Amino acid sequence: MPSVRLAGLAALMIPLLAACGGTDDAGGGAAAATAIDATDTACEVGRTEFPAGTIDFKVTNKGSKVTEVYVYGPGDKIMTERENIGPGTSVDFTVQLDAGKYQIACKPGMVGDGIRKDITVTGRAAAGDPQLAKAAADYKVYVTAQVDDTLARTREFVKAVKDGDVAQAKRLYAPSRLGWESVEPVAESFGDLDPRIDAREADLEEGQEWTGWHKLEKALWKTGSVKGEEATADRLVKDLEELRSRIPALEFKPVNMANGAKELLDEISTGKITGEEEAFSHTDLADFKANLDGAQKVHELLKPVVQAKDPALAVTLDEEFGKVHSLLARYEKGDGYVSYDTVGQDERKKLSDAVNGLHEPVSRIAGVISR
Amino acid sequence: MTAGPDTAGGGRVSRRRMLGLSGAGLLVGAAAGAGVDRALADHHETPGGAVPFHGAHQAGIATPVQDRLHFAAFDVVTEDRDRLVRLLKEWTAAAAAMTAGRPVGRGAVGGVAEAPPDDTGEALGLPPSRLTLTIGFGASLFAKDRFGLQDRRPPALVDLPHFPGDKLDPQRSDGDIAVQACADDPQVAVHAVRNLARIGFGVVSVRWSQLGFGKTSSTTPDAQTPRNLMGFKDGTANIPGTDDDLLAKHVWAAAADGADWMAGGSYLVARRIRMHIETWDRASLAEQEQIIGRDKKEGAPLGARREHDPVDLRRLAADAHVRLAHPDSNGGARILRRGYSFTDGSDGLGRLDAGLFFLAYQRDPRTGFIRIQRNLAGDSLNEYLQHVGSGLWACPPGVRRGGYWGDTLFR
Repeated sequence: MPSVRLAGLAALMIPLLAACGGTDDAGGGAAAATAIDATDTACEVGRTEFPAGTIDFKVTNKGSKVTEVYVYGPGDKIMTERENIGPGTSVDFTVQLDAGKYQIACKPGMVGDGIRKDITVTGRAAAGDPQLAKAAADYKVYVTAQVDDTLARTREFVKAVKDGDVAQAKRLYAPSRLGWESVEPVAESFGDLDPRIDAREADLEEGQEWTGWHKLEKALWKTGSVKGEEATADRLVKDLEELRSRIPALEFKPVNMANGAKELLDEISTGKITGEEEAFSHTDLADFKANLDGAQKVHELLKPVVQAKDPALAVTLDEEFGKVHSLLARYEKGDGYVSYDTVGQDERKKLSDAVNGLHEPVSRIAGVISR
Repeated sequence: MTAGPDTAGGGRVSRRRMLGLSGAGLLVGAAAGAGVDRALADHHETPGGAVPFHGAHQAGIATPVQDRLHFAAFDVVTEDRDRLVRLLKEWTAAAAAMTAGRPVGRGAVGGVAEAPPDDTGEALGLPPSRLTLTIGFGASLFAKDRFGLQDRRPPALVDLPHFPGDKLDPQRSDGDIAVQACADDPQVAVHAVRNLARIGFGVVSVRWSQLGFGKTSSTTPDAQTPRNLMGFKDGTANIPGTDDDLLAKHVWAAAADGADWMAGGSYLVARRIRMHIETWDRASLAEQEQIIGRDKKEGAPLGARREHDPVDLRRLAADAHVRLAHPDSNGGARILRRGYSFTDGSDGLGRLDAGLFFLAYQRDPRTGFIRIQRNLAGDSLNEYLQHVGSGLWACPPGVRRGGYWGDTLFR
């Protein structure tokens, strides 16, 4: 997981076509922005019923404290959020909502659960580009398969842990994570699951219980014993099962997919290139590959649309994915990769350069498909 | 753009009697006063103003030295010549925008909400701050089997020789391309390099970079001469950026020099010179002044009274810095210096990691920096210095409207 955890869903669930209502309003007569007046004690929302689709808000902080505003879905799923709204300032934001019940929360002082207001969204959003709809549907199939894969392999890994078979568990550790790493931004969108499954020791907040893969990683590589880790192992499987159970209800949006691809490369840049993700096992390059594959899957699915709107970008993406893959292939060893602690600074710089070359064009996909 | 013949006469003019020759090296040589009155175009003097990007010479060489520096050396990571040329065109457009105080591309705000903004935004609302961006090409760019430039490497773009005392770190040296960003506001300079690096991802990679916080050399003799971290005035007799004759003779390359594409360009030597600050501070004032060859308060050559008095070399110790760096000790060699002090925190032993990021432009480094630096082998100042980074780049002539950085080389 990223060392600084983004507010879960906000990262993934950036609203589709939020640009509508912006400069070239193609939003089909979208209503004017709904005002949210936030004070230190109240959260006044201009209306409570909305048609499904793109919804614009204008939040004004009329209180004395810095505030933040969240739009929550069922189960406090974060649909979007805006932080650091200073007293006397206004912020515009847009969210894409389907029919259902939601809550808007103002959090004066940026603490606590906030002052909540219920809103209702009804109807159906206008149908989008069928190519994009297909990409989203195909991506859901991919995500499901990747989570299934990670779950199956984790069950094997966990069995080895519970059998006390350290050597076998070490072999199964990295493969168990591949499916997860390829779709991690999806999992991160559930704010609670990611820290339970994938927190690194250094990222724990005070009082937070450490669970998940990296706790087992430390036991395997640092302590050399997994005695007493049985509960952690069982919990990992349970948490992944919970993730799997939530997938069917998820609706994937192309812009969110594109941002997810960018986030996978963020993961490589900030966690894998530096060797921070797998501090004990040094299996960072396996995660690297999974992140890369997950991002490339998004690219392949969205490519027909990108090719139509920005053909040069599609070519650049193909080239740059190719460069990173061929560089990474130099470090293949057996079924996996060399231990990352054997990769010197000069080689890490080359990997970093290649990822930078890919990361920039990937960051442009969301904007291009939104045009 | 520098105040060339077409601009120098325009606008409010500041005049001053200029004092002639400049020395070289870390500190200044001397003044042998040939009086030259020159004009200085007023746009150079507006603190927040814009320095024109287009012109016969690149800006950032003869331009009056700005207060801050961000210098970056890049390696080209593509083998595709066309891709490199495309980047140079993209960079040129970005540089023209940023030096005019405009953001890159479609700007930092107001674009498509789903896309990252073209410009990173930290210079929004800031004036142009006399930003200049100056590019140079290193010898490695001309290597065989790279971009087909092996026959175009200028004879003056030599491999710098090893100088006694050098302890060069390869990770702070050389690079295929150098970009010097100078501005009166450090945020403007950093913004410029950051955005160029961003545009270049996948084509170039930052090899190393250096921030400089205080100019140590002035190219405007009427301004107060700045002091370096040793506490001495530095650049007393630098080549003035307004003296077209001296610039033509010592700074601008000519077509006849051996590389026609460099006509109007210049050669840039950069040296990261670490100062042993703490030991220097323990040297007595008398010793410091002997080593430099000038008095600390006024900056006057030893034996003279005022900063700009002529230097009598015979009055200086044989190993005094100013004496050894002086043009008269170097067959008349002169270079235009526009270096900056740097402090990169501390070195782990509690000592300042500080010194001079020396930048010098010249028509030919073989008769410029190399000539002078060889003569400085016996400099008593060397005890307090260590050269830890180095590079030499061929800076092409200025960009004409519709052209791009390096178009004379790649066309």
